[in-house]
Amino acid sequence: MSTTESTIADAASAGVTRAEYCAIACADVFRGDGEVMASAFGTAPALGARLARLTFAPDLVLTDGDAALVDGAPPLGARPDSLVLESHMPYRRVFDVVWSGRRNLIMMASQIDRTGNQNISAIGDWTRPAAQLVGVRGAPGNTVNHSTSYWVPNHSTRSFVEQVDVVSGVGYARAASAGASATRFHEIRMVVSNLGVFDFATPDKVMRLASLHPGVTVDDVVAATGFDLVLPDEVPATREPTPHELDLLRTVLDPKGLRDKEVRP
Amino acid sequence: MSDKRSTLDDVVGELSSGMTIGIGGWGSRRKPMAAVRAILRSDLTDLTVVSYGGPDLGLLCAAGKVAKAVYGFVTLDSIATDPHFKVARQTGAIEAMEVDEGMFYLGLLAASQRLPFLPTRSGLGSDVMTVNPGLKTVRSPYDDGEELVAMPALRLDAAIVHVNRADAAGSGQILGPDPFFDELFLGAADRRFVTTERIVPTEELSSQGPIQTMCISRLLTDRVIETPGGAHFTACVPDYNRDEAFQREYVAAAGDPDAWAAFTERYLAVDEVGYQAAVTEATAARAAAKAAKEGA
Repeated sequence: MSTTESTIADAASAGVTRAEYCAIACADVFRGDGEVMASAFGTAPALGARLARLTFAPDLVLTDGDAALVDGAPPLGARPDSLVLESHMPYRRVFDVVWSGRRNLIMMASQIDRTGNQNISAIGDWTRPAAQLVGVRGAPGNTVNHSTSYWVPNHSTRSFVEQVDVVSGVGYARAASAGASATRFHEIRMVVSNLGVFDFATPDKVMRLASLHPGVTVDDVVAATGFDLVLPDEVPATREPTPHELDLLRTVLDPKGLRDKEVRP
Repeated sequence: MSDKRSTLDDVVGELSSGMTIGIGGWGSRRKPMAAVRAILRSDLTDLTVVSYGGPDLGLLCAAGKVAKAVYGFVTLDSIATDPHFKVARQTGAIEAMEVDEGMFYLGLLAASQRLPFLPTRSGLGSDVMTVNPGLKTVRSPYDDGEELVAMPALRLDAAIVHVNRADAAGSGQILGPDPFFDELFLGAADRRFVTTERIVPTEELSSQGPIQTMCISRLLTDRVIETPGGAHFTACVPDYNRDEAFQREYVAAAGDPDAWAAFTERYLAVDEVGYQAAVTEATAARAAAKAAKEGA
């Protein structure tokens, strides 16, 4: 039996859902950073940051999604009056944190490409786009100031593209061509999708398949990706949650199962 | 202290076509919507609108008031994008300057400090530098030699912000958790307008909230206008939350020409008093429909 098959069997016996593997993979993005502000967009990243805070990253600083830092790790959808506030963090101060580098972020991406460029601005030619999206937001500044990762809940050839239409978040090749000021604090750490985990741990900093969520094959990922991924000879499975992590996810952080609405079981 | 109280009509009278106008707030939060509605009713046109964009930009685009938009994003928060802004961009109806939202902050800060630009790492390597060919970089004169983006000052002919409380002399108070960049919009502008939920005597400001909430000094204000409900349908906490039902109605109407004509006639072809009355009526009708459904 191959590694992948045995992992599927293990997962099936534990009943771990795909969304739970995504949350675990997102939690691991925050490993080892100490006292930084975690910003996390999307359900799996929001769960991942909280899970990290409650387990292996106790110094991580979480936000209320508005203008405050919060103590502990409130469940998804917690009432504002139930939060324990630590500090005032209005947008103007958020930029101080971004530019200081004391932040680790998981953003979403409408498009992402093989060198780690991300697009949330527009589809098509920027001058007169086929679809105007939200805009570049803080992606250009985030990516050249602190570690940034991406969450793509719908991995497909429409989201994983050879070259994004508008470079909002800056990837490795673009940062390198912009020079030392762009690369100095630049790190695209991880890309987590509903199919697997990806990184840029290759000599030329292009996207590599780092792990497969149990139940997904290499062929599934290749078919859903619009560029040539680097495929290691041995692809590990995304790690299993510990029983404690699984309990935190299911009974403390997301008892209503919002995670399974973002990534279907 | 001079009395800076004024009216929405007078605000519009002080603006002219072709101006660059900054609008405070963020997304669908604490936007000076009563003033935006007054601009919609005016014959002003050809405006450059500088905004952390929300329905302010959408409505102004829908009315054909906008020649150019300067923004980092345009969002309705609980709904990802503004439908009218999307159409304006996708049909090429407006010119655009899209920058990182931190660059936008530095552009306002530079203008408020009367500087030509401020340096930043943000923007390097991104398409912000290619879609805005006018943006330039600057090299540090010190030993590090770093090459950084020189974000140009976003100088404004006029700025309009909406606050919770103000006094007649133009001191403004923001009671919600985030003052956003309103102070910088005012600092960057030649003509400075503050609309407010309520004008109170100066000595009452301290009883409304702590000193940190009194964040707009009268140094930054030329006119103050009382507009109760003036941020509707955007959020203006703690006075009121975003009117999500109304925002959904706005988005739904935008998708259909007949529905948009009806929306315009009901809400935008009337003055501010008429608008607030129509909103009250729509809210009551929704509540009655909900009660009837639950009773059935």
